Amino acid sequence: MKKALDWLNNRTGWRGLLKEALYENIPGGSRWRYIWGSTLTFAFFIQIVTGVILWMAYSPSSQTAWESVYFIQNEMWGGWFIRGMHHYTAQAMIILLVLHTMQVVIDGAYKAPREVNFWFGIGLMAIVMGLGLTGYLLPWDQKGFWATKVATNLVAAVPFVGPDLQKILIGGTEYGHQTLTRFFAIHAGVLPGLMIFFIAGHVYLFRRHGITPKEPLKGKDEGFWPEQILKDAVACLAVLAVILYFVIRHHGAPLSAPADPSEQFSAARPEWYYLFLFQLLKYTSAFWGAIVIPGVLMVVVCLMPFFGKWKLGHRFNLGLLSCLMIGAMLLHWLAINEDANSEHHQHALHDAHEKAERAIILAGAPAGIPSSGAVSLLQKDPKIQGARLFSKHCASCHRYDGHDGTGSGTTVKILLKEGDSIASIAEDRGMTIDEILQKNSLDQDQVKNGIQLKVNFKPSAADLKDFASREWLERLLIHDHYISPEYFGGTKFISGKMSKFLKKLDESDAEDLAKVAATLSAQAQLPYQVEIDAQDTELITKGEELLVDDFACIDCHQFVEPDDEASAPDLTGYGSTEWLTAIIADPAHGRFYGSKNDRMPSFGKDNKLTEIEIGLIVDWLRRDFYEPDEGTNSRAH
Amino acid sequence: MSDEKKPTEEQSRRGFIKFWAGILGAIAGAFPVLAGLTMVLDPLRKTGSKGKLVRVTDLKALSNDGVPRVFPVMADRTDAWNKFPEVRIGAVFLRRTDEDIVTAFNVSCPHLGCAVDYSNSSEKPEFFCPCHNSQFELDGKVKNPDSTQSPRGMDSLEVDIQKLEQGEVWINFQNFQPNKPEKIPLG
Repeated sequence: MKKALDWLNNRTGWRGLLKEALYENIPGGSRWRYIWGSTLTFAFFIQIVTGVILWMAYSPSSQTAWESVYFIQNEMWGGWFIRGMHHYTAQAMIILLVLHTMQVVIDGAYKAPREVNFWFGIGLMAIVMGLGLTGYLLPWDQKGFWATKVATNLVAAVPFVGPDLQKILIGGTEYGHQTLTRFFAIHAGVLPGLMIFFIAGHVYLFRRHGITPKEPLKGKDEGFWPEQILKDAVACLAVLAVILYFVIRHHGAPLSAPADPSEQFSAARPEWYYLFLFQLLKYTSAFWGAIVIPGVLMVVVCLMPFFGKWKLGHRFNLGLLSCLMIGAMLLHWLAINEDANSEHHQHALHDAHEKAERAIILAGAPAGIPSSGAVSLLQKDPKIQGARLFSKHCASCHRYDGHDGTGSGTTVKILLKEGDSIASIAEDRGMTIDEILQKNSLDQDQVKNGIQLKVNFKPSAADLKDFASREWLERLLIHDHYISPEYFGGTKFISGKMSKFLKKLDESDAEDLAKVAATLSAQAQLPYQVEIDAQDTELITKGEELLVDDFACIDCHQFVEPDDEASAPDLTGYGSTEWLTAIIADPAHGRFYGSKNDRMPSFGKDNKLTEIEIGLIVDWLRRDFYEPDEGTNSRAH
Repeated sequence: MSDEKKPTEEQSRRGFIKFWAGILGAIAGAFPVLAGLTMVLDPLRKTGSKGKLVRVTDLKALSNDGVPRVFPVMADRTDAWNKFPEVRIGAVFLRRTDEDIVTAFNVSCPHLGCAVDYSNSSEKPEFFCPCHNSQFELDGKVKNPDSTQSPRGMDSLEVDIQKLEQGEVWINFQNFQPNKPEKIPLG
């Protein structure tokens, strides 16, 4: 063995190189404050290793980027772990860079003759920021897509060449395949290459000038190996432990819904270390906030070694660094605080989380991801789109479990007009006076005409959650419920024939009515009732007899047998896909409410909704969409 | 020799530091690499197709003349995250030698996987691999063992007899490990 190593040494001189690398003298001995450079090198090493491994599974195109990242995160062995390490190490690098810079400035290690090395450090910081920016887009999810769009639009603010520069960067005028291939090449090729060059220069210059020992010296000189390396190794392991804590706690890295240029994403924010710049852009124009101010500050920072030559220069630099840090932290805090207090942003976050979760469930469904990409899965999903369409087109009258289908819209603002009293409003909205006062943080004597009040939404048509299910129909057939806002209380049918008919029935009919409800509900063939419908054939047959004979529903309604004289909505196939599609398309059709239709628009007939949109609402109401078996974990963020 | 004790103490201190610096440094360095191996080795858990019964063509479309013809094989395919319904997953030679006798061969050369051609230019028609010149008889056997590098004959595939009686050609489509004397299914 020794012979072989001697032979190799003879040819390469590796022993000398190793000695040169390891036996650097450290005046005053090893110290914990010198660890930052090594932890950064270690973090970069993690990024290279995890980055290359992710590269083996990543596919940069707009139909495969999100999909391959989904696959890494959810399907591949250890994929979430490696992706999580890459994600959190990137963030650790930013923190370590700040700490390293602080140590260098505080210890005066930037001063002559180390100016050039300081600039190399600034260069490295810029490269790391660039890696963070380009990496954010690569998963091609909503978060990365919209945040990076802002960043690349800022490029256009560069004087003269901005728009061309932007085109070159994103591979055209619009985001697409070429944006990803370019960003990926920059992220995995150009910047790491530059980084290696800069690190080599940085370490070379560091060795050339030696460490800047902290005065007074602590003890006698020691070597880089093994004393400092032991401290460095302990520090690296500590950094690793922190990274692993976050990786395991968050089960990898976040992945929001697939990028969709047609889908607003109000939750768009850059990665946290860019938040201060993001906030700055709320106060200044893009040209000043993204080009001039950061540019000038960078130049000032680069000049720090020269300021350091003045008598009070070092103190000035310490003050400058403190100001920059405090300024960035203040802007950062303002951004976070604003978002935390913004109902709109919180709602957007909730919406983003819901879609991310759903996208991951659909991608993992047996049907899998089509070659058109995962973005089409969400676009065609009744659970997401049905709810949104309901909220937009139906929720001004109808409710879904008390809300507008998306979970909001339970509160509206109204003006207190002359003639109104808080008591009358309370009664109208089904609230107590105290509830209203509390909701608006008001005292009784502050209530006067013209004031805006937040009150409960008042529905004027039925709540359609579980529409046509047994429970829904059982309640419908009880007069008190029928005339409540939950069903027809807000419509003119409150005093219609059906209402009068139900009023005549009493508790002794309850059992039979439940059978009728089961029969009607079976007409809907709801996916979530398939099993009980199949079990209860006897009950359903009995209910049919009651419906036709005892209660004589067919006096007004058509049921199974064609009936031209029917004056109330058709009960054949009640609540089925076909029935719902037809009633939404045209409720004023003779088969449904005819001329008695109370305000419901003919969405299909009048082209207010397309066939596809009506289908999405229908499937959503019937819960006719993919749901994973219980116990399946979803890992959206 | 009089300083023998002092360096020993210093040596043991440095030895201790060297030991731990080496161990901890190695752990830190090895961790990302070892963790990354899981993802690199992920393909190992994939098992290949155990064979898929697929419909290739109508029996009517196949002349009863003993001439091998190439047909694409269509089936659902899962490629990492994508699912493709009914796409071409391979090709087979079908050869009808009698009213109800059809033989099927995977077109993939059992030597190193090139697509085998059918050649009727010579006096005796044969299967011929354009890559390394392996030759096979029409019944799939190796033709010239001296010059053919393939260690086994063409990979025959099972033809469903019942479906054949109903006038359709269904085969159990499979790929096999190349360059082995036996037919070992891939996966």
